Amino acid sequence: MSGYYTSADHFALLPALMLVLFGSAILLLEFLMPKGPARTRWLVGFTLLGLASAAIALLRQHQALSAPGSRIVAFSGSFTIDSFSLYFDWLFLAAAAIVTLISYRYLEIEGEHRAEYYGLILLACSGMFFLASGADLITMFLGLELMALSFYVLVGFLKRERRSNEAAIKYFLLGSFSSSLLAYGFSLLYGLSGSTNLEEIRRAIFTRGSLDAITALAMATILAGVLFKVSAAPFHMWAPDAYAGAPTAVTAYLSVASQAASFALLLRLFNGPLSPLDQEWRPLVAGVAVATLVIGNFAALTQENVKRLIAYSSVSHAGYLLLGLVAGNTTGLRGIAVYLAIYMFANLGVLMVLIAIRTRTSGMLEEDLSDLNGLGARHPLYAAAMLVFLLSLAGIPPTGGFLGKYYIFLSLLETGHAVLAVIAALYVAVSLYYYFRIVRGMYMTQGEPGPLASSIGMNVAVAISGVATLLLGLFPEPFLRFAAGALVR
Amino acid sequence: MPPLPVSQIPLNWYLILSATLFLIGVAGFIYRRNIITIFMCIELMLNAVNLSFVALSYQWKQVDGHIFSFFVMVVAAAEAAVGLAIILTVFKNRQTLEVDEISSLRN
Repeated sequence: MSGYYTSADHFALLPALMLVLFGSAILLLEFLMPKGPARTRWLVGFTLLGLASAAIALLRQHQALSAPGSRIVAFSGSFTIDSFSLYFDWLFLAAAAIVTLISYRYLEIEGEHRAEYYGLILLACSGMFFLASGADLITMFLGLELMALSFYVLVGFLKRERRSNEAAIKYFLLGSFSSSLLAYGFSLLYGLSGSTNLEEIRRAIFTRGSLDAITALAMATILAGVLFKVSAAPFHMWAPDAYAGAPTAVTAYLSVASQAASFALLLRLFNGPLSPLDQEWRPLVAGVAVATLVIGNFAALTQENVKRLIAYSSVSHAGYLLLGLVAGNTTGLRGIAVYLAIYMFANLGVLMVLIAIRTRTSGMLEEDLSDLNGLGARHPLYAAAMLVFLLSLAGIPPTGGFLGKYYIFLSLLETGHAVLAVIAALYVAVSLYYYFRIVRGMYMTQGEPGPLASSIGMNVAVAISGVATLLLGLFPEPFLRFAAGALVR
Repeated sequence: MPPLPVSQIPLNWYLILSATLFLIGVAGFIYRRNIITIFMCIELMLNAVNLSFVALSYQWKQVDGHIFSFFVMVVAAAEAAVGLAIILTVFKNRQTLEVDEISSLRN
């Protein structure tokens, strides 16, 4: 235990440090940037530069950890870089880069194009890095709050828009409520073990053996706090409001990156300190997962607002992901990793097409299903991309979505949860109905979608997401090998 | 230096007080309808967490829990800054702080 900042610490921290540096610097350097249209290029360029330097630092960590099972432990064991954290870090970086590309045109149209937006995107991303790498309750709590506080502001970023305000206040109140629940659970875990280190807490709970009142209370509060964060069933109420009211680019970031980070937290806690209690929490999580599937899918059926529909569909995806945790074997955990990556590209894709076809000139902020009518005839390329993304979300074979669902179902069958697998498969059929409502609107209904609000960044982002969604389905081998390493610990 | 006086109050009492404060916070969060009051209930919950950390840290004769409670204070301050800013923009646009009246996002 040395009190100094060692070179190993620096090496482990560098990607997150880069994001924090660039995120803070962009706030200061805004004054020096030229005004007018060049400003957009500077802001976006600077943000992408920050993400690229984090990616280079991450690549060096990747090379250093080429041996399976190796890890870097930094800051006296409170920060770990292993294949799990690297996998999630790559997801977060990809999501942040894509969101940057789709944001600038949108913000210009809304008249809220500011440097703070990009600073918050980068800071939220660094918070996610701390969540994925945390090996200590303090690190995880701070990472979670760094991410959450950035998102509270991002959700309310259109400050003249009443709906954005309302989404921000609802997300803020429920988000900080769930953080307090989690913090209370953390304090009980500390009381049980006398340590904030996840591994030592696991050992303490393991030697304690049976479930007593304090352990049960700690487990219950942590479970409730984390289920809030991943928008699982009894605690999902914030998701539709926050997703529908937030700026659409923020909805995209929130629904994929924040969701993935919350699952990283969930996996770290439930496969770490709480793993000795798995007999107790597994049935609870199974019940929550089924309730999440039911509520998410049935509520999505009747939505007329596309962003609300996507919000309920992400609730239902959280249900599938939780089923992977219920199975809990290697296939299930790998399934969660694969599912999160595939879901990320597809959900980002759907929301970016929504951004592209939405123009301010009509003076409407609601994204009704009918806004998509006639998209197939007017903008065939965007419609085709949307079709690919929706197929992937529904889990239809040529796209990546099939693969994620396949692994989750396989893991359930392997661990003898055949009933759960059947229920989950039935709800895929329900989800087809609402995804195809969108497709029907695009191709079978006459309509006049407005002019496109596209940009170079938008086109690049749609191309990347579309190609990624298809490639993950058609040639999944290299990606699966990468994901397989992610959960060996 | 004379030895520090040992607390005569058992740990359980601190934990029961902390749990009670936390429950009052949860109940207030659920039943109160004014945003500022709801926000105060969240702060109360975080302070219950602090109390429990400090009591447990004293019990274990360590500083880890004290350190955590400092970080919880920092987080609570940051949350207050962000939260009050959001509450101000809501009030500016709607002239009300009753949660039941802030409900344009519905199915």
